[in-house]
Amino acid sequence: MTLSRHNILSLSHTDEILAALLRLCALLSAAIVILILLFLSSESWPVLQHVPLTRFLSDASWHPTQGLYNIAPMLSATLLSTLGAILLATPLGIASALFSHYYAPPALATWHRRIIALLAGIPSVVYGFWGLTTLAPLVGRLHPPGVSLLTGILVLTLMILPTVALTVDAALAGVPNVYLRGAVALGMSRWTMISGVVLPAARSGITSGIMLTTGRALGETMAILMVAGNVVQHPHSLFDSVRTLTANIALEMAYAMGDHRAALFATGLALLAMVLLLVSIAEFFRRDLVHG
Amino acid sequence: MAKNFLATAMIWLVALLISSVFLYLLSDMLIHGMARLSLAYLVDAPLDAGRSGGIAPIIVATAIIVLIAITAAAPLGLATAVLLTEFTRQKSGFGRFVEHSLDVLASVPSIIFGLFGNAFFCLYLGLGFSLLSGGLTLACMALPILIRTAVEGLRSAPDDYRLAAAALGMTRSAALLHLLLPAAAPALAAGLMLGIGRAGAETAALIFTSGYVDRMPASWFDSGRALSVHIYDLAMNVPGGDASAHAAALVLILLLFAINSLAMGLTRHWQRGRIHSI
Amino acid sequence: MKALMQDSDNNSLPQPSYTLGPLQSGPPCCDPRPLIRVTDLSLHYGAKAELENVSLDIYQGCITALIGPSGCGKTSFLSALNRLTDMLPGCRISGRIRFNDTDVRNPHLDVRLLRRDIGMIFQKPVPFPLSVRRNIELPLREHGMRRQAEIDAVVKQVLQDVGLWEEVKERLDSPAQALSGGQQQRLCIARALALKPKVLLMDEPCSALDPIASGVVEDLIVRLQERYTIVIVTHNLAQARRIANYAGFFWVRERAGRLIEFGRCQQIFQSPAHSLTASYVNGDRG
Repeated sequence: MTLSRHNILSLSHTDEILAALLRLCALLSAAIVILILLFLSSESWPVLQHVPLTRFLSDASWHPTQGLYNIAPMLSATLLSTLGAILLATPLGIASALFSHYYAPPALATWHRRIIALLAGIPSVVYGFWGLTTLAPLVGRLHPPGVSLLTGILVLTLMILPTVALTVDAALAGVPNVYLRGAVALGMSRWTMISGVVLPAARSGITSGIMLTTGRALGETMAILMVAGNVVQHPHSLFDSVRTLTANIALEMAYAMGDHRAALFATGLALLAMVLLLVSIAEFFRRDLVHG
Repeated sequence: MAKNFLATAMIWLVALLISSVFLYLLSDMLIHGMARLSLAYLVDAPLDAGRSGGIAPIIVATAIIVLIAITAAAPLGLATAVLLTEFTRQKSGFGRFVEHSLDVLASVPSIIFGLFGNAFFCLYLGLGFSLLSGGLTLACMALPILIRTAVEGLRSAPDDYRLAAAALGMTRSAALLHLLLPAAAPALAAGLMLGIGRAGAETAALIFTSGYVDRMPASWFDSGRALSVHIYDLAMNVPGGDASAHAAALVLILLLFAINSLAMGLTRHWQRGRIHSI
Repeated sequence: MKALMQDSDNNSLPQPSYTLGPLQSGPPCCDPRPLIRVTDLSLHYGAKAELENVSLDIYQGCITALIGPSGCGKTSFLSALNRLTDMLPGCRISGRIRFNDTDVRNPHLDVRLLRRDIGMIFQKPVPFPLSVRRNIELPLREHGMRRQAEIDAVVKQVLQDVGLWEEVKERLDSPAQALSGGQQQRLCIARALALKPKVLLMDEPCSALDPIASGVVEDLIVRLQERYTIVIVTHNLAQARRIANYAGFFWVRERAGRLIEFGRCQQIFQSPAHSLTASYVNGDRG
């Protein structure tokens, strides 16, 4: 039998060409993040080069057209809304995951998980819209106006709840079965087993998930833009209207020019830095999990 | 024991709360949206700043933006995933660099992508407010998801296939084409659906890249309005636009539900294992 | 012997089933020439030494059995012969391997052609997730065969050679993974035979199979003798005794696998020179 004499390239050759092509593509993918940092920096440079960073916190107010760049009220709005949302979403998310794993009969658990997955798929603009048409009037009846920090926190909670539930669910799935069997053998009640054995064992995964979710909450724009009221002020009560950094960018980018625009890019850079910090901390916890 | 009972009660309560909020939200959209939903709504152009008329140009614009995003991101994502799984060693510096930058990319907030898209695609590359700018920005956002699912799919293909193919003198490219990619196909498809879902839900990244224009786009260099942006505009800038917004929101939710369910179904099919006959 | 002639479905193998090709050129086994010469082969995974200073010859047309307990590096040794070690991360090799006067370790060698001449059968059968026909067709097309008629002829030939033809001729286009374990392994052997190799490396080909299937595959291996040069790693001493012409005994010494003794099968099993060999083949150790 003779194999027809076709151009048999050696193993390395075809594969080498392919590998070079693939390496180019991978480099391109990896370059996107670098491009983002580059362009954000270059767009914020005009204002950063002549406005010292301290002025971003010490100026009289946020009026970029008049050269005033105080972002403190917006910063506090961002931090408070995120904090509030995390405080609410964490216990709810953990409870939801515990429900799926330990309390619900299998059919109900699947159903519940499916609902969580679908909730995760609802776009933020729809959450914002529903918050605006339903939640805000409700809150408004308690204390006008309806659009406020509280509404923002509630909508943000709803948005990040599925993420918390999903990550905790995954963390719980990683708890070795032997722990549970050991607890049952000792005659522990279900709650004692959960609080004493399962949750501590899943601690790293849960913490990492919460850090990541906090990052997501910090970066959320649409939902909070639609329900928080958009007044640049320090919130003195839950019912005050506030504007977060993200909402600020979204609202003012449309007409900002020159230094104003650069200032917006600068706030974007600050936001990115905060999120990346959280992500690295989360990564640290996750690696801790892998090493035991 | 009392604590145990209390805990059980609270957890069931939370589950009930979550489900009811979900149902409330859904039924709210359904009830208010159904009132305006009709075939005419889907094929007509918007009138009176969107308060009446339909959403046809908006659906078209959304479709074009998502198509651009996927067409740009899928090949790039697949190539990167193949490199990461088949052509780099476990501890390779290059591989880890790529994976790390993709992890970072995955956590960048959507508004930042909007800023980047505006600075890079609209201004630096001169594409202006266009469907192209919006689509390419979304491509950057969808890339990490596509790569993650593709890597998972390829890694799940048994190593035995790779060794057996090599022992038969097959090139890596041939093994990829005939064995590994087909084996990973359901995972790749599921990832594609997830990427499409993410792109379709996006708003903040599109506001200052593809713009607000609600006319039927004539080309991908035209500005256009995506469905999510339309909802935002009606809710915030158009008094009396609520009714139309409800309908648009319903359309968006239904589309995304369909896509995400498809993705979930594909993932289940893939994980159940497969015997192909090709 | 009769029991071995039935496969796991209790069908009798076709008689006579010899459709194997003509004898490879070269002297018969009692006066063999070495086809593969291994000199001072050492293999390391990272810092760990897997094999140290292994030297042996594989004789043409003979069955060489590599025996010894798990972890002695026998599988790694096989992988070095067809350069499959290139695919194992962190693997370093030193020493010389000559196949037909070609230096196997030459980095400029066309490895694809080498692997066409030296085929490998794995412990766990690895049929591709394709049809039976496509399993054999794919490597053939890869190596340049184009005409469908030619391919179909080879497919039929090799399936007959391994005694599978009667069992699968009706379902050539159905999934190969639906075959039984023994059939899958025979398919893998057929797939390797399609490339007309000179050497077949077999890494415990029967250990993942049930006893009946194992017997069928072993029977096939014996028939392949003299037409192909076979190197078989096996834990089954009785099997080695039955089928091998030459045997090499591996053992872990000073934390690396080493070749303790190599020679004609009768000599290794009946009058081993080394006491360790004697203990192992008599079941006292390992």
